[in-house]
Parts: sequence; C-alpha cells; structure tokens
Amino acid sequence: MHGAHTTYQNLLALRAGPYRRLPGWRDLAALALVVGVVILIAGGVRQTIEPVAHAQAAPISLSPEALPLYTLRTVLRMLAALAASLLFTLTYATLAAKSRRAERVLIPLLDVLQSVPVLGYVSFTAVFFVSLFPGNTLGAELAAIFAIFTSQAWNMAFSFYQSLRMVPGDLDEACRSVRSSPWQRFWRLEVPFAMPGLVWNSMMSMSGGWFFVVAAEAISVGDVQIALPGVGSYVARAIEERNLACVGWAIVAMSVAIVLYDQLLFRPLVAWSEKFRFEQTAAQVAPRSWVLNLFQQAAVFQSINRVAAAALQRVGDARLAPQARRPLVRHPPSPRLLDAVWMLAVAAAIGFVGWASLRYARDTLSWSDVSQAAGSGLLTLLRVLVLVALASVIWVPIGVMVGLRPRLTAAVQPIAQFLAAFPANLLFPLAVFAIVTFHLAPAVWLSPLMILGTQWYILFNVIAGASAFPSDLREAAATFRLRSLHWWGQVILPGIFPYFITGAITASGGAWNASVVSEVVNWGSTTLNGGGLGAYITQMTRAGDYPRIALGVAVMAVYVVAMNRLLWRPLYAVAERRTRLE
Amino acid sequence: MPPEPTPILDLHQVSLVYAKPSGEPLPVLANIDLSLRSGEILGLLGRSGAGKSTLLRIAAGLIKPTAGDVLYRGLPLHGPAAGIAVVFQTFALYPWLTVQRNVELGLDALDLPPAERGRRALSAIDLIGLDGFQSAYPRELSGGMRQRVGFARAIVSDPVLLLMDEPFSALDVLTAETLRTDLLDLWVERRLPTEAVLLVTHNIEEAVLMCDRVLVLGSHPGHIAAEIRIALAHPRNRLAANFRALVAEIYATLTSRMSESLAAVSAAPAEETHGLPRATINRLNGFVEALATAAYQGQCELPEIARALALKIDELLPLVAALQLLGFAELKGTQVRLTAAGRVFAGSTTEERKRLFREHLLRFVPLAAHVVQVLEERPDHRAPRERFELELQDHLHREDAQRTLSTLIDWGRYAEILAYDARKRAFSPFT
Repeated sequence: MHGAHTTYQNLLALRAGPYRRLPGWRDLAALALVVGVVILIAGGVRQTIEPVAHAQAAPISLSPEALPLYTLRTVLRMLAALAASLLFTLTYATLAAKSRRAERVLIPLLDVLQSVPVLGYVSFTAVFFVSLFPGNTLGAELAAIFAIFTSQAWNMAFSFYQSLRMVPGDLDEACRSVRSSPWQRFWRLEVPFAMPGLVWNSMMSMSGGWFFVVAAEAISVGDVQIALPGVGSYVARAIEERNLACVGWAIVAMSVAIVLYDQLLFRPLVAWSEKFRFEQTAAQVAPRSWVLNLFQQAAVFQSINRVAAAALQRVGDARLAPQARRPLVRHPPSPRLLDAVWMLAVAAAIGFVGWASLRYARDTLSWSDVSQAAGSGLLTLLRVLVLVALASVIWVPIGVMVGLRPRLTAAVQPIAQFLAAFPANLLFPLAVFAIVTFHLAPAVWLSPLMILGTQWYILFNVIAGASAFPSDLREAAATFRLRSLHWWGQVILPGIFPYFITGAITASGGAWNASVVSEVVNWGSTTLNGGGLGAYITQMTRAGDYPRIALGVAVMAVYVVAMNRLLWRPLYAVAERRTRLE
Repeated sequence: MPPEPTPILDLHQVSLVYAKPSGEPLPVLANIDLSLRSGEILGLLGRSGAGKSTLLRIAAGLIKPTAGDVLYRGLPLHGPAAGIAVVFQTFALYPWLTVQRNVELGLDALDLPPAERGRRALSAIDLIGLDGFQSAYPRELSGGMRQRVGFARAIVSDPVLLLMDEPFSALDVLTAETLRTDLLDLWVERRLPTEAVLLVTHNIEEAVLMCDRVLVLGSHPGHIAAEIRIALAHPRNRLAANFRALVAEIYATLTSRMSESLAAVSAAPAEETHGLPRATINRLNGFVEALATAAYQGQCELPEIARALALKIDELLPLVAALQLLGFAELKGTQVRLTAAGRVFAGSTTEERKRLFREHLLRFVPLAAHVVQVLEERPDHRAPRERFELELQDHLHREDAQRTLSTLIDWGRYAEILAYDARKRAFSPFT
C-alpha cells in the first residue's frame, strides 16, 4: 500500500547499511519460517493436483503419522478460501458501495446469503464442482474450499462495504481536493480505512471456517462419496472404525494448527492493522505480535520489506485513470428511466427464478413436505433458543467476573478465542460415545452439541464488554455500595448488553449451522437421530434427495432471517440506543 | 486607467439549493458575488450555519452550485482543479501515512517520479517548520503540528489559490496564534507560491489580524451582508486602537443583523422564522450571573465579555439572542445590558428563577406556548416530536428545526412546563 515499514528502526538500518549488522537469530528464525511455509505449501499443492485415481487408491489412513500431512492439507484449504474471500470482498463490496444500482441488488442478496446455512448446500456445490473436473480431485478440493469461502466471504464483504460507506467526510474531501484518481483513492484511502475491520472480521470468520472445513472434507451425497485427505476425513474414518484414540489425535493436530494459524498469520495481521485505526489517539493496549516484530526487525527482512513497500507504493501511486474532472457527488441523481429499466430487469430475473423454482417444487414436493420441514424447524428453533439462554446464564456471570479482572482477562481471552475457533465437530464423537455408552435420550442430549462450538462467542464478547466497561462508572457504583442484585441489574448488565447481543447473535447463527451436523450423528454403524431441521437436511443429503435438501435449506434460511429480524435486530437497536450518552 | 487583471477566483450569482425531505427546495446560499484578486487574503466571516464552509467547498470544486458561475482565473471551474488547495478544520490527515507520505498526497495528481515527489515534499515540510517530523505518524503529533502537515500538504503542489476552512479553530489559543503568525510571516515575506487566500473563520480577531478584506455572511439563506476592508499594515497589533475599532465594527455588523432577525421573530411569532438559538439553561444562568457581578454591573461590551469568559462568537451570540428573546437582556449596538427582569432573575433563588423563566418563556416564545396548548388539547395529552418537527420545517432547515426543538426541550424541562421522552420521541405535560 505504501511505506508500511519506514519505521525509525528502518531508517537507522538504512543509514548503517545492511551489511553492518550481522544476521542475528531473528533473521534465521524468520528465514526458517518463510522457507518452511513455502515448502509446505508446495508439497500440499503438488498432492492436490494428483489425479483422482491415485487419491482414491490411497484411502484415509488412521495412522497418527499421516495426520501432520492431513492437517497441512486442511490448513491449505483454509488459506485458499481466505484468498478467495478477500478477492470477492474487494470486488463485490466495492461494486456495491460505488454503484447505487448494484447496491440495491447486491446488499439484500448478501443479507440473505449470510442467513443460508452453509452446510445445507455443501451437497449441491460438491456435486457441481466434482462434475466440473472429472478424473481429478480438484473438483472435490474446490467444493471444500467453496464451503469455507461461503462461511467467511459474506461477513468480510459486509464489513468492507460498511467501511467504504463510513469513510470520514474530511478524508474524502481531502482526497478529492488533491484530485486523486479512483485507483489511488482505493489504495490510499478506502482499503487502509477498512483494514482493521477487515482483518478482525477475517479472523472471526476464519475461526468459523475450521468447523466447515472439517464438515466439508468428507461428504456423501447419495452415491457420490468424497473423502479428501484432511483432518475432517480422518475423523470421519475414525468414527466409522469407532476409534476414540484417533479422534484424540485429530483434536491434538487441529489444536496445533489453530494455534499456529493464529500466531503466524492473524496476530501479526491484527498488530499490523492497528496503524490503520482512524482514532488519532493511541490505543491503550496495542495488540502485539512476536512474528511481526521478528519480521520488522530482522535485517534481512527489512531490506525485503523496503523493496516490497516501495513496489506496493508504486502500485498505489499509479493514477491508472484520466484526471477526474467533474465534482464527485456521492450519489449523482441518475436518470429515472434508467433506474426504472434496471429495477425492471432485476424484478424480471427474480420473477423468473421464483417461477422456475416454484414449477420445480410443484413437480417434486407436496404440502406435507413443507409442513414436515417447517415442523422440524420449530424443534430446532426451540433448541437454539433454549441453548442460547442456557449458555448466557452460564457464561455471562463468568465473563463479567473475568472481564473486570485485567490479568485474568489476559489469560482467559485467548483461550476463549481458541475454543471459539476450534471445530466442535471434532468433539462430537466423544459426546456421542458417552450417549451410546450410557444409553441417553438422543433428542435431548444431542442438543448441546449445537452450541458446543459457538457458546464461546458469548463468553469472549462478554469478557470484552466487561473489560471495556468505564472504570469511573464502576468506581461510582462501588462508592454507593450498591447491593449485589442492583449492581448486576442496574450497572453491569446494561453496560455489557451490546457486547452480549453481538455474542448471542453469532452463537445462535452458528447453532443453526451446527444443527446440520449435530442432530444426526454416527458412531460406527450406530446412528443417533435427535430430530429437527438439521437432521432433516442431513437425512435428505444422505439419500441424495435434492428437492428436499433445497426445501430444508430454504426453510432454515427463512427461520434464520425471521429470527434475525424479529429478535436480534430489535434487541441490538435497543442495546445501541440505551448505552449511548449523546 | 489600466484594465483590471483577471481575478484569481470569481463567483457570479452563485446559489445553492438543497431539497427538503418533503421535496421542497431549501436555499442554502443565495446570489453570492465574490471576487478574489491576486495578492489578497479574503476572510469569510459569519455565524455557524451561514454557509461559509459550503461556499469554500464550492470554490474548491468539491460541491457544484445549483446556479451561478464559478470562474478560476477566468475559466469555469468543473471540480477540483490544479492550482487550488484546501486546508481543513479537522486537518484531514491519513493516520496510516507518515507526515511525508501525507504531504506527498498533495502531489498525487501530478504523476511525478518518486524522487521528485520526495524532494518537493521535503522542501514543503522544511518551509512549514516540520523538519525532523517527516517519518512520524499523525497520531504522534500535537494538534498544531498536525495542522502544519495540513498546510504542507496544501502548499506542496505550489497552489495559486489556498482555501482555508477554519484552520485554527480546532487548536488551543496559544498554538493557533503561533501558527497564524508563522503563516503570515511566510505570506508577507512572499515565500509562498500562493497568490491568493480565502479564509473561512468565525473568529473576528483572526479575520482582522490576517485578512485584507472581510465578507460578513448573513444566514437563511447565506448571503453577503457586509464587506469590510482592512487596510492595516502587517504585522498588526491586536491592542492598537484602529485594530480594536475594526473588531468592534464587525461585531456591530453581526449583532445588528442579529437584532434585525430577532425583530423579525417578534413581528411574526407564528412563523418563528429563525427558530430558537442554541443556548442551554446552564449557559444562560452562568452568563446572567456573570453580567450581574460587580465587574459589569449588568452591562458590558460584547468583545470585552467574549474575551473575559473565553466565549467564541458562535457561543456568545446565541446566548445574547436567547436572553433578548426572553426579555432578560437587551442589545444596544455592541453593548449587552440586563433588563429589570434580568436583574431580578440574577438575584433569585433556583425556585424563583424557574418561576420567572416559565412566565417569560410562555409569554415571549410563542412556540413554547404552542406546544403546551397542543398537549392540553390532545385527548391523551401526548404529542410526537415529529409533529412539531414537520411544522418547524415549513420555515426552517432540518438542522435548525432539530436545534430549536432541543433548545425548547431544555428550556421547557427547566421551566417545568413539559416533559419529553427521548426513547419514544414524544412530548407530554410536566407532572
């Protein structure tokens, strides 16, 4: 983007000359890191391109020695999906923010896409991608990557779009008054301004992504069987073989992968993106990253950084456009007629899709199917509500206690974030094993699995809220010696409410998604069915009954959208209004 | 007589009209004629809402006027042009760029080779007194240093016309003065490539200190109300008699306009043409108390009390207008004087003050009486805020209507004549 690393240290190094400083341990460590990552990626990619015959000839091995390589494959899928999501974000959101006509279509579309349960339509996309590349595992790889992509791209695009819409007025005017070209403006103003939000959102989406990569590696749709080498397939195989030890190995491997991802990729990114924060005051606790420090301080990398920064700066400085001449009014009033034509075209497209799907549904589905799916949805809805309430009762008090103690927060917050990222579906076999062994009722005891992975969002959001609670308000409450009940009801709960709502929204959205894999589970040949919409979708997927998969997914999307509109949005509005001073 | 050289900037009959929510036109600026000649610093002075910053943005090509011509060196202006640079009140620095990179932004449009960019940026940094800070990020700098970056970015492209939008008003008094003097020195010594400067300000002394000519803008819609030449030689002395006389003259222009508009309010009470001023109960109480002290004995010159209470013109004039409207003070030229009622108010207890304020509010502010009456007439004794908002917007800008209502709520609560529920956005009678 620009002279990112022209820090004071850099200037010193420049004056002394790079050769004056002997390469230190930092250089070695950083070099080892880079070389290692390059080798790993190369190895992983080479395997991916192998023909499908070979891939099938080597079925998933349960030997723990095979696990590191499987984990690497899983991690690479995550990386590929992240890159795709980033590309999507920069184009889709930019288009939506720049064109009023595109905005009218793209943003509602994004809103709906966000609410569709990813795991519901993995089956469609898998079949689609596999048919694109017959005789090669590339299709299956793309399907898995696409599943992860859909779990993060919408979120990231929304964040970027909102940042673009919130570019501060004075920076916008400064940019226009020096007559920057749109290209210069994009890299100089818009992308940097959006950076902290984008990085944070990518990190959060990424933690959701682990869940989906595990679920998407081993898919069986009707008679199409896909088992990509990866941690997800390893676990699927272990479940088939009823091998609890291997499940344990997979959990260990995944934990290591998540920690490494966090330390090597996202910590450095978050620490780096701090410089793009718009608030002119320095943050109280600036995020730090040892990897970032390493790269910024090692002499070898300083010179590489300098070259890279200069190159990026050239790219950003390039005008790539004739000089903008007319005043850039944000949304110039466009001709009514064109608007009408555009909306007509959109309406026609929507109408056609609606008509086509209705016709398709009429031929294959009956009203009893619809009522069955809707009824299952009610059961899942009940589960989601009860579980979010239960998780709140447990984690809100704990989160407040932790958040008000800075040292405890520093220790607990990374753990909570790790747990939120950890794919809970790896833990399902343990729970299922217990249910089978103790003969528990699946309809009740399978339910907690839905929230196993997403309850942590409530915890770490509440921790964040409690630690951001103004200390003067706390001290004021302390001087009045409020009774404990009052303190909770009048002081702290209203104070953390917006944070709690944010966490609860994420938790409930995640629970809907998880229902697809948690309401029906296997242990060897034993199948436990808890009922519900997730179970409905899973069963239809196994049977390869596409119309009913589609019906299930659509019904779930309707439930999710309704819940967002009728419950979460109003609550969020209340939270925002009540905690504002102005 | 030699022909007059082409002005740097020429505005002919420039008007700007926004659309109200109802679709009706809302004039913001009306028939502005303005000419800025080479070698001149022109000040635009006016109260907030008079459209001075909007006018500057029209001159910068950032906003297109609804009607009229904008000529830059004799040619029509279409959008931001080479040779025009803007300095912003809020500095508008990019927090993620170093000082040098921020300054280089000013050269974006010129497509220079990197070495040349760097050289010119450093020479601007040097000129503006930022040498040594080029690798710092804006957040590491104090307000004064940040605005120096803003100046450096503006002059780095050697602009012919420099537009400054209240460049010193976000700075503390001392820093602002240093920056003004530094800038004036550069200007007077002809070390800037710039030929003309347009300075928007609401600080009267600043205008007299820096400008060769001051245009006073009147509001609703913004128009040029007066033109005052300032033929003092630099460096100017704030304490000199002729300096003080010019300050007083501008004060008188502004306050006479205020008296006129207040007279208009009283003459047409149903219309409430200018709404209520932004004057909180706390400020009103404090100002009356200050006026009643032994130091002033109930009367004082505006420039003097503005200075003593450290009030900006945008804070002082609304206070005076409010007190005049309520019958607690009156304005004679540039002198403000407590009325008999004002003196009683100053000497009263809180309860008596509230009672007196209630009487005056209901008697002199028709809007207050109107709201109370509507609440009485309604069967459920409640009225949504929108009801009055829409009524006010028949005559007022949206922001003015909002401001009028928040002032009314503040005064009404104090006078105990009404209650307001911000969550439901509804008025109800005081209980």
